[in-house]
Amino acid sequence: MTATATGAATDVVMRAREVAKVYGGTHALRGVDFEVRRGHVTALIGENGAGKSTLMKILAGVEQPTAGTIELDGEPVTFASPTEAVAHGVAIIHQELNLCPNLSIADNIFVGRERTRGAFVDDKVQRDAATELLEHLEEPIDPRTLVGDLRLGQQQLIEIARALSEEARVLIMDEPTSALSATEVHVLFRVIRELTARGVSIIYISHHLDECLEIADHAVILRDGNVVAQAPMSEVDMGWIITQMVGREEGALFAPMAHDPGEPLLEISDLIVADPDSPERLAVRGVSVTVHAGEVVGVYGLMGAGRTELLEAVAGRNPVLGGRIVLEGRDLTHASVSERIDAGLILVPEDRQRDGLVPALSVGRNMALAAVSRFVRGMFVRAKDERGAVDEASRVVRVKAASQDAPIGSLSGGNQQKVVIGRALLTQPRVLVLDEPTRGIDVGAKADIFALMAAEARNGIGVLFATSEVGEVLHACDRIVVMARGRVSAVLDPREVDREQLMAASDVSVPDLATTSNPNPPTTTEDE
Amino acid sequence: MATTTTKAPGAAPAPTAAKRGIGEFLLDQRAFVALIVLIIVFALLSDAYLTPTNLITMTKHVAYNAILAMGMLLVIITGGIDLSIGSIVGLSGIVAGVLLQGWDLSIFDVTAYPAVWVVVLVSLAVGALVGALNGLLVTRFGVAPFIATLGTLYIARGAALLISNGSTFPRLQGDPELGNTGFSFLGVARPLGIPTAIWIMVIFAVAIWILTAKTPFGRRLYATGGNERAAELGGVPVRSIKMKVYIISGVCAGMAGLIIASELTSAAPQTGTSFELNAIAAVVIGGASLAGGRGTVKGALIGAFVIGFLSDGLVMVGVSTFWQTVIKGLVIVLAVMLDQGQQRLTNARAAAVAAQSVKRELAAHHAGAQ
Repeated sequence: MTATATGAATDVVMRAREVAKVYGGTHALRGVDFEVRRGHVTALIGENGAGKSTLMKILAGVEQPTAGTIELDGEPVTFASPTEAVAHGVAIIHQELNLCPNLSIADNIFVGRERTRGAFVDDKVQRDAATELLEHLEEPIDPRTLVGDLRLGQQQLIEIARALSEEARVLIMDEPTSALSATEVHVLFRVIRELTARGVSIIYISHHLDECLEIADHAVILRDGNVVAQAPMSEVDMGWIITQMVGREEGALFAPMAHDPGEPLLEISDLIVADPDSPERLAVRGVSVTVHAGEVVGVYGLMGAGRTELLEAVAGRNPVLGGRIVLEGRDLTHASVSERIDAGLILVPEDRQRDGLVPALSVGRNMALAAVSRFVRGMFVRAKDERGAVDEASRVVRVKAASQDAPIGSLSGGNQQKVVIGRALLTQPRVLVLDEPTRGIDVGAKADIFALMAAEARNGIGVLFATSEVGEVLHACDRIVVMARGRVSAVLDPREVDREQLMAASDVSVPDLATTSNPNPPTTTEDE
Repeated sequence: MATTTTKAPGAAPAPTAAKRGIGEFLLDQRAFVALIVLIIVFALLSDAYLTPTNLITMTKHVAYNAILAMGMLLVIITGGIDLSIGSIVGLSGIVAGVLLQGWDLSIFDVTAYPAVWVVVLVSLAVGALVGALNGLLVTRFGVAPFIATLGTLYIARGAALLISNGSTFPRLQGDPELGNTGFSFLGVARPLGIPTAIWIMVIFAVAIWILTAKTPFGRRLYATGGNERAAELGGVPVRSIKMKVYIISGVCAGMAGLIIASELTSAAPQTGTSFELNAIAAVVIGGASLAGGRGTVKGALIGAFVIGFLSDGLVMVGVSTFWQTVIKGLVIVLAVMLDQGQQRLTNARAAAVAAQSVKRELAAHHAGAQ
């Protein structure tokens, strides 16, 4: 840990001292010192799983630290709840949207702190205040609109409006722009500058390093639960940030990609998919992608770009409204999930806790789940065959478990993810589809999973994976498909692009169809 | 139908009149339309159906179920369920019976005959107590609402049987010499020509409508059901909200038990068996979602009226009780299917329109590329 700059101690509004947080057996934070200065924007930068969100949740009273103290204006404080933190002037915009889809915009902004007249909610006051906030954010929507009817970016603005209405002294923004367009980001930056001019302190977290460079006064780098570096933003550049963030040459995490793409295996053409959360809208609007044998294709995009919906439609979880999905010449557009698995197309879902694992079953049973028909003889499952196959798959995916019979909950996140991937491999897929395969797992398991994807591709299967991590698409795939607003905004060669180009391609407000409907062979590069 | 224009939070947004056709309006108000259709059909089949006397009688039958349904509605909006209310109906009647017949306090060598208003308050308090037990189990011990209230369903019924030793308390009209007369007011009296039960239903409806649509409690209630985590992070005391809805539901059930005991001037421990199912049916027909976050007092009331007017109508036109049960079941399933079908249909139609425009765009693009 580098020394903290204590020179301007009077300027420090909020300070975390030696804060540690342990979840089960995982150390999310290992004694972090962190300070927030009056009227400054402090960017907190780190990879997925570095502990950024955990630290912010502790500062905002959502979680309590296992060890360490929080100080506000030099006085130690403990926040038992977010309400207490807000009462002390600390508010947070959460990374995941926390809104009630069944309530209006105004009700969402003021829920828990309703403006009242007598015993009743004063709807007019709430509506007027909401209108003012929305106009300030240059998003003039009727505050009576139900939040469930808004698009994702607008919902994120409601989240921001809510935090602004709390008139905090310290405002934490955890990925506030993940669903915003470039224009909306500029509006947010204008608002941030107004706030800091009034003496409000901002903690800013974003995947988009260029945003951090533009808006922040100070950079703090978090890696594996430690603060590894900090500096005034004016003294650092993107290269320094990335080196500090990753802690090594970025490519070292990833397996080499020496692939020799063969025949086309999976051909997705002009695919149209409804948004499962609000089925009257489209999440995917005419996407074409081809995956060849022996190739790893990475789909990159911001939140709400349609990555997950595309992959889930390919796997048969979302109905297809238009276009075709063809696997080795066989049309699977309207096939059921199990028909697709039989044909050789299987998805490793984004949320393994919700969609991937059966908590009541053992490690082995979880792994054998999708391929159980392979072990059936007559009416019964042949336990011996099942165990044998699971043992072999466990070796391939390198699961660390006490035994096949261990409860699935006893495994770490990384090992659980390996079990889900092992299950997919047991079905002997031709194309393996993975949605955010490294979400919330440690660095070692990440490396294992990328090595596994590369190895499977070398064995001749096609791999299609989606991620929101720039580093992953830059290093772990043969071809990058960039999605924005339900379309393919660019198809890029990872050897020829850098972070900035990739981010620019992902932030197109209205992608042109010209780049979308061409099933690109891997040799074609786009004129991004 | 003045209340229909008042939008409670959690109800569908009122789209501008220009945007929706008459068909959509009818579908939107289908529970109300169903009620009107029901009345017209039975009026055609039976001359006695659409008379003021019969309408009042039927509404009186609806009253206690409507009161139960409004309590159930609050619980369902939070995403919970209350299976214990039928048993609370029985228990509250029995408690009233015990107190009116004379509470044997043999340790003091006296028998107490409390005044009727005390009897009413104690019976309601017993309902609140069982509700509080439900709330405690759900919020403090994390028991799933279905299981917690299934448990109290048996506990409350068992308590009613224990207190009464399985027998009925007859003749609850009281004795002028003991100063405990007047219990019949709740179930038999007709102030201004309308049975008290209907007045009580109206008072409960207005109170609970104000609670849900006008107060901070109401907003927090819908927030809790819509997204519990978001509500909690927003500072909504989710546990206390849930605790309160179970208590209110218990009080509603206690009130229903009193009305029934007063109407029959007797209290039987088995009273109210399976009433919780009628209440759930009313709430669901009224458009509430069992997943929480959606439902209105108006809807629950209409739901209770649909069920009550249907049952009485079937009796009047001479349909056998066995068929009545089957028809009631069909109506419930149909209502829910319509509800889901409507949402799926509107969504599918909107998505298909959007998909068409993308397809045209793609076709034009492909044509241009060749």
